[in-house]
Amino acid sequence: MAEQRKAEPAFQVAVVGSGPGGYVAAIRAAQLGLRTAIVEAAELGGICLNWGCIPTKALLRSADIYRTLKQADSFGLKTGEVGADLKAIVARSRQVAGQLSGGVGHLLKKNGVTVIRGRAQLDGPGRLAVRGEKGTESLAAEHIILATGARARTFPGLEADGEHIWTYRHALKAETLPKSLLVVGSGAIGIEFASFFHTLGSQTTVVEVLDRILPQEDAEISALMAKSLKRDGMTLHTGTTVEKLEVRDGGVVATLARDGKQHQVTAERVLLAVGISPNSANLGLEGSKVKLDRGHVVTGPFGVTGEPGVYAIGDLTAPPWLAHKASHEGVLAAEHIAGVKGLEPLDPLRIPGCTYAHPQVASVGLSEDKAKAQGHAVKVGRFPFIGNGKAVALGEAEGLIKTIFDADTGELLGAHMIGAEVTELIQGYAIAMGLETTEAELIHTVFPHPTLSEMMHESVLDAEGRALHF
Amino acid sequence: MPIDVLMPALSPTMTEGKLARWLKAEGDPVAAGDLLAEIETDKATMEMEAVEEGTLGRILVPEGTEGVAVNTPIARLLAEGEDAAALDAEPAQAGPQPPPSPQAETPAAKDDAPKGASKAPRPAPGPATPPADRSRVFASPLARRLAARHGIDLAALSGRGPRGRILKADIEAAVEAGGTAPQPAAGKTQAEAPETPQADDPLLFGLPPHEAKPHSSMRRTIARRLTASARDVPHFSVAIDVDLDPLLRLRADLNGRIADKADRISVNDLIVKATGAALVAEPRCNVAFTEAAILHFSRVDIALAVALDDGLITPVIRDVPAKSLSTLHAEARRLAEKARAGKLTPEEYSGGTFTISNMGMFGVKSFTSILNPPQGGILSVGAGERRPVVRGDELAVGTVLSLNLAVDHRCIDGAVAAAFMARLKGLIEDPITLML
Repeated sequence: MAEQRKAEPAFQVAVVGSGPGGYVAAIRAAQLGLRTAIVEAAELGGICLNWGCIPTKALLRSADIYRTLKQADSFGLKTGEVGADLKAIVARSRQVAGQLSGGVGHLLKKNGVTVIRGRAQLDGPGRLAVRGEKGTESLAAEHIILATGARARTFPGLEADGEHIWTYRHALKAETLPKSLLVVGSGAIGIEFASFFHTLGSQTTVVEVLDRILPQEDAEISALMAKSLKRDGMTLHTGTTVEKLEVRDGGVVATLARDGKQHQVTAERVLLAVGISPNSANLGLEGSKVKLDRGHVVTGPFGVTGEPGVYAIGDLTAPPWLAHKASHEGVLAAEHIAGVKGLEPLDPLRIPGCTYAHPQVASVGLSEDKAKAQGHAVKVGRFPFIGNGKAVALGEAEGLIKTIFDADTGELLGAHMIGAEVTELIQGYAIAMGLETTEAELIHTVFPHPTLSEMMHESVLDAEGRALHF
Repeated sequence: MPIDVLMPALSPTMTEGKLARWLKAEGDPVAAGDLLAEIETDKATMEMEAVEEGTLGRILVPEGTEGVAVNTPIARLLAEGEDAAALDAEPAQAGPQPPPSPQAETPAAKDDAPKGASKAPRPAPGPATPPADRSRVFASPLARRLAARHGIDLAALSGRGPRGRILKADIEAAVEAGGTAPQPAAGKTQAEAPETPQADDPLLFGLPPHEAKPHSSMRRTIARRLTASARDVPHFSVAIDVDLDPLLRLRADLNGRIADKADRISVNDLIVKATGAALVAEPRCNVAFTEAAILHFSRVDIALAVALDDGLITPVIRDVPAKSLSTLHAEARRLAEKARAGKLTPEEYSGGTFTISNMGMFGVKSFTSILNPPQGGILSVGAGERRPVVRGDELAVGTVLSLNLAVDHRCIDGAVAAAFMARLKGLIEDPITLML
């Protein structure tokens, strides 16, 4: 029985990566009674908790308070001189991330998930090779969930040096506030950092290759965001490419091109936020039947891949690349493995997206343009924050809630919001879409007064031409 | 002693309802038959009639109250001369129970009731009755709207959502499958749905140009129920001719005393009356077959087939033998009018222990009907015709009516069917006995 000497624990599920997809998948698998392991090479909680969603929210909270303090007069408050200490702000952000990462470890332990430190790769059917500090060990698992996420995307010539040219990782640990910042890319990450640094006092410029910022959002929302940022003094270059970045005299000279015409912009720091690259290399996929599309793992319903027993979830797979999408996919994959009946695949159109800048942006479903492109005759409702009592009382009278219905069936196709706290409001519409409500049920729903949520009601009313307060 | 008014069961499956509105106020005099309140179930709003008379002493359940269990006291009536102080007496817990609704003992009488509903929810007194209306269809608002638009019967669909909830995708699949195919009931997947004849169906090849009219919900129900009946019920029919002249004479005599033409008794009213009496005399034909037992009904509730522009429906006259001819006439007329206006309540078209289908007015000599499950029998009535008849040994001319009785052989045998028909013939040919 010499073979059994090296017998390793056989797991029913092994999850590779402990981000919001992986750790949630592991907890769900354990809840379903499956012997579960999770392999992590860095901090528990992945990018989201440590280098993404959470620490940026901590930073933006500081920025929001700073902005509010500067307006204290308008609320009848006296504050004396207000200042921002970037080091302390960053320290708080790191503390928040650390606290939550510890929380993930606790949750995994509580659910009986075995945490294995190291880098895993597929090593034949039902087997992972895990490279850890003490060398490589083999891990047997009936099912493997790949949840290795993604990292910042870079292009040749547009590479971060960590000093003058940053990715989000560097920006999250910034030690001094740059006098000027050039943000390349205007997706959620780019706009959130632009908003943070600009609020704290960096003269900020955003470059976007497409014709509008937040290009994944409804065009009307993008336009309102652009208007708001410009009014706050931010410079936006849309339809513009970055040809060259040169570090010179302690700053960066960026060569930008628009319509074939070049011009140069100098900034103390540059932040690259041009998308993500999936972490699909060095996973041992080459010898497997797992298929890739531009680096992302191709999956079927519930995260199944071409390789039997191997699942993939989150940023490693198809868009949208959002933490809550990864978590939901993790749950579905675990339940599929456990044979839970009646599972429904995730509908990407029902995944809300949020940008936590000032103002906030949140949306779910189809934009107006996409709805029309898909052949829907639409009814569009709009309600501005200026018409809402709570918004005016909060001193947040800027923003819009836009709803899009199929004119024929009354189906809620999409909702798009910009303004204070809209990221907390969007789930109301997500529930409505999930339950397939029509305008009628939303109209008959009572919204509490005075709340920002009343605007959600009014927007639906407006789609029917019967808004009450505007 | 004040009389407790109890929450009524307005449909076979009702265990609770909403007291939508009081139509009388405290202190109002109440006569039997007065409309007391509006009761709302998940299917319809219905009016509740007072059974007793007196004064509405106290309303116990305020209007707008949801989830009022059947048989809960909802108000107290003061009898004539009774003092209001009597209202504070202990509610009569074991107070007058309404007669058990006959449907409570029938098996899944309604086509949309799932199997197993034959264990009819026994109305239990007290408010603790669990909601048990299993015929409720769960569907998203959008699915409901789309189903209505496409004329799809939600009850015929199985939903892919949580707990069988019907979603937009289910409706789209049903539309895709021809817009008309009833999807299999719960338990089967979409993939097992029967194929619907499509334009490329060889059966449809070579047909002249046609317009395909999607099925209405009623058409779908007719198709499903009658297919099941014709396929699953071993049936036969028994035919007799009856001499209609005595009944016509009686009718003429009666109608001579009725001034208002609209109130005059029809041949059909008399046949309903005679059938009711025959079922009382031959209760072995007032039955229904279930897998476990033959149900012998203690009351005769006769369903009348009413033709509509786009289908038919069978409203029910309850307790026919207990009703006078004028009451039967009024009720039949009221139900037929409501049926044609599409305003029948579920209570009015569900249940029934026996069915009569009359095509006499169309000049049909004789026909047979498909059984209306779970009822054991259905009587088909043709036209009274002047035909040569043999009286004694003489050939004469008389008015003759052909009757066909179709029965479910599982619960009604040939001799029983014959005995019933003999009894019916006797009553029609000697109709004065109906007055007994």
